Amino acid sequence: MSTTMTPETPAQARVSPLARLQGMGGNMRQYGIFGALVVIVALFQVLTDGKLLLPNNVASLIQQNAYVMILAIGMVMVIVAGHIDLSVGSQVAFIGGLVALMMKDMGLPWLVAVLLGVAIGAVVGAWQGFWIAYIGIPAFIVTLAGMLIFRGFAILLVGVTVAGFPAPFIDISGGSIPNFLGFAGNADAVTLVLGAIVIAALVGSQVRARSVLKKHDLKTEAVPLFLTKVVLITVGIGAVTWVLSQSAGGTPIVLVIVGALILAYTFLMGRTVFGRHIYAIGGNVQAAVLSGVNTRNVNFWIFVNMGFLAGVASVVVTSRAGAAVAAAGQNYELDAIAACFIGGAAVTGGVGRISGAIIGALIMGVLNMGLSILSVDPAVQQAIKGFVLLLAVAFDLINKRRAGGSR
Amino acid sequence: MTGDHTILEMRGITKTFPGVKALQDVTLEVRRGEVHAICGENGAGKSTLMKVLSGVYPHGTYEGDIFFEGEPCEFKGIRDSEERGIVIIHQELALSPFLSIAENIFLGNERSKRGVIDWNSTNAEAAKLLARVGLTESPDTKIMDIGVGKQQLVEIAKALSKRVKLLILDEPTAALNDDDSAHLLDLLRSLQGQGITSIIISHKLNEIHAIADTTTVIRDGRTIETMEMHGAEPVSEERIIRAMVGRSLDARFPDREPVIGEEVLRIEDWTVHHPVDHGRVVVDHANLSVRRGEIVGIAGLMGAGRTELAMSVFGRAYGSNISGRILKDGKQIHVGSVREAIRHGIAYATEDRKRYGLNLIDTIKRNVSSAALDKVARLGVVDREGETKIAEQYRKDLNVKTPTVEALVGKLSGGNQQKVVLSKWIFADPDVLILDEPTRGIDVGAKYEIYTIMNALAAQGKAIIVISSELPELLGTCDRIYALSQGRITGEVSREDATQETLMHYMTMEKDGAAR
Repeated sequence: MSTTMTPETPAQARVSPLARLQGMGGNMRQYGIFGALVVIVALFQVLTDGKLLLPNNVASLIQQNAYVMILAIGMVMVIVAGHIDLSVGSQVAFIGGLVALMMKDMGLPWLVAVLLGVAIGAVVGAWQGFWIAYIGIPAFIVTLAGMLIFRGFAILLVGVTVAGFPAPFIDISGGSIPNFLGFAGNADAVTLVLGAIVIAALVGSQVRARSVLKKHDLKTEAVPLFLTKVVLITVGIGAVTWVLSQSAGGTPIVLVIVGALILAYTFLMGRTVFGRHIYAIGGNVQAAVLSGVNTRNVNFWIFVNMGFLAGVASVVVTSRAGAAVAAAGQNYELDAIAACFIGGAAVTGGVGRISGAIIGALIMGVLNMGLSILSVDPAVQQAIKGFVLLLAVAFDLINKRRAGGSR
Repeated sequence: MTGDHTILEMRGITKTFPGVKALQDVTLEVRRGEVHAICGENGAGKSTLMKVLSGVYPHGTYEGDIFFEGEPCEFKGIRDSEERGIVIIHQELALSPFLSIAENIFLGNERSKRGVIDWNSTNAEAAKLLARVGLTESPDTKIMDIGVGKQQLVEIAKALSKRVKLLILDEPTAALNDDDSAHLLDLLRSLQGQGITSIIISHKLNEIHAIADTTTVIRDGRTIETMEMHGAEPVSEERIIRAMVGRSLDARFPDREPVIGEEVLRIEDWTVHHPVDHGRVVVDHANLSVRRGEIVGIAGLMGAGRTELAMSVFGRAYGSNISGRILKDGKQIHVGSVREAIRHGIAYATEDRKRYGLNLIDTIKRNVSSAALDKVARLGVVDREGETKIAEQYRKDLNVKTPTVEALVGKLSGGNQQKVVLSKWIFADPDVLILDEPTRGIDVGAKYEIYTIMNALAAQGKAIIVISSELPELLGTCDRIYALSQGRITGEVSREDATQETLMHYMTMEKDGAAR
């Protein structure tokens, strides 16, 4: 295909004007969600007289919402592929119970229990993936069944609250990275170093991506927009780093876990063949099949992965609670699903990003924390979160409609 | 200005989208009671013009004036235009498959008393409307149980129920076979007798010739020419084409010197059963072969099993109880999945690119690489830079009209979407490329480009199988043509011997060997 095959056509490149905007469309939406997060943070910062962003509150915001972010990562993949998983809350209770019993009753070392718990999560995911991918039962049904099944198992398993775990296990969610570098002023030096590394890596990857686009004469974002983005990344992460470095412990361990997962899964979704196949299935499953994508295998592994992440979440949740109860993880599936949709995932599949889901989870988390500081009735909090979900998706749809004309 | 005989006048219509003038000073004048054809290449602005007319783009979002029956129109939406008697029937039919014909006809316009549907009047009026469009189906037949041709007629019945004065049909016969198309055109003529004016957007020049009183050609968002079809001097198809593409197409098919090599693919004794109704034979002991550098056609009527044959060969993407042999380069191969088919160098570009061929909500770039992603990936990680380069290369080579390969495929015109489908399969580098209706719903200029691409691929030594409902297309492009009837290969004709008549004879051959 090195030679030009087509004859000259007189018609000028007549391109839908919308196509020109398309390259930017996805990004614009991401900025929109991010902007919403900033606005909500600012709002609560004012409403709570600056309590929201107190160092210790920021640290506990992260610790409290780690589970939503972990589940949302798996959930956004499920949703992009056009499925849903209603069972993750029950999975969290079931696996959390198992991990607790392995440590308390079977006397397994905490690390072994954690690894086994995560592995069991993958097995649970494989169970559901089997029915969905190979038998062809809609994920809604399979995971609705799973929601009942694993909640039932959790209740059978954890008759009474299991508590009293080894300190290292509790540290997964409650502890911080040991400060072996000492303090710079009153700032935790390890945190500062970590923050600097993250900023450098993110800015570096943005610059690299841009230069690749440039090299191929592809549309790049306007320079001011790009610079704004870089500045925002730097200021945003810098600010979080600074605040965290002032907190009692410095960098929460769970932040490192979540951060690593975000990076790994962003790479998986954006850069790998597997990730591409997920988008292909969600975008048009028949076209994916006729392009040689093994949709069954992809669907199966999406759910194995969801189970794996539910395992990780259950460890984090059990560690944070310091106890396993049968009622753990109630409504977690809804938190994760809401985070994905607030983060711009499409109900019809094919669209959604890890970064969006994380921002969605943070929006929910900030709402939770801010409303709690204001001591708003939990029932009212729940209603507010419902409205936010509704408005976020409505906003998204209206925007899309405006951009897409009648389509 | 507007005489009595003019029902619609659109003057100086300019519609601008951010960055692009989709319509520029377009003028359209339609006389009462005529059939007015609008033609133009994809992206020329035909659909935009009709959307302006029907109020999809409300008054104020465009410049210019619309006069309907002498009165100025400022439609705010489709409802406004429908109230005045302007009804548009889109290419994608807007019927609900699980509802009955009668329910669909009065959908949104129910015969009811205080919110309770009056079924007697619904069904009685529906029956009357069905009779007017020549449908004998019972009004309570479900839409899903009738064919596309009849669904089209239901749409027209629905338009009639709204007391339509000006009926706009956007490529009404694109999805219809010849019989259904002929019936539809007859119907338009009889509606014309009842005083209904029609605007028909079509790519099919023979159709325009058969039915239109006047033809307006639009190119690049401007009115190029309005022709009287029954004037003193008859309008030739060539003249319409010239106006559409802005140049003369001496031939509708590019020249080609076939260089045919050894056999690449042979299918023997291929039998396929229906995927649900296992007893039904869809492809019946078919034998066919294709050689390097050869373009082979498959002709057949709707339901003859053309697509089913191709898809069953393409990794058993269709059918059940498949038996027979596939030989590639003389050796028997097993093709159990689409992946294996691609690995064996077989590619299939579907007839329905929107449903089966493309991920419309993804970018051009990512669609191009989707069938052979492993070629731009190492250890499961996609080389985005390489991927972009490849997509850019195909954009240039195949002349895909888009500012960037990052644009969404769903926003492209049909011809450009088809070029993306071709890019995708050319990138997979197959030895055998099966093209199912490669030019369906594509305008003349883009068709020519697609043929040129096919020829270039054949010249590179690829074997090409073309499935098409348009016999002139097969006659103009193929070296050899198989005719398929009721799942059986009933004839094989070389380029020299092939005529529409011989092909049609084979295509209509019954099981016992006699012509239908």
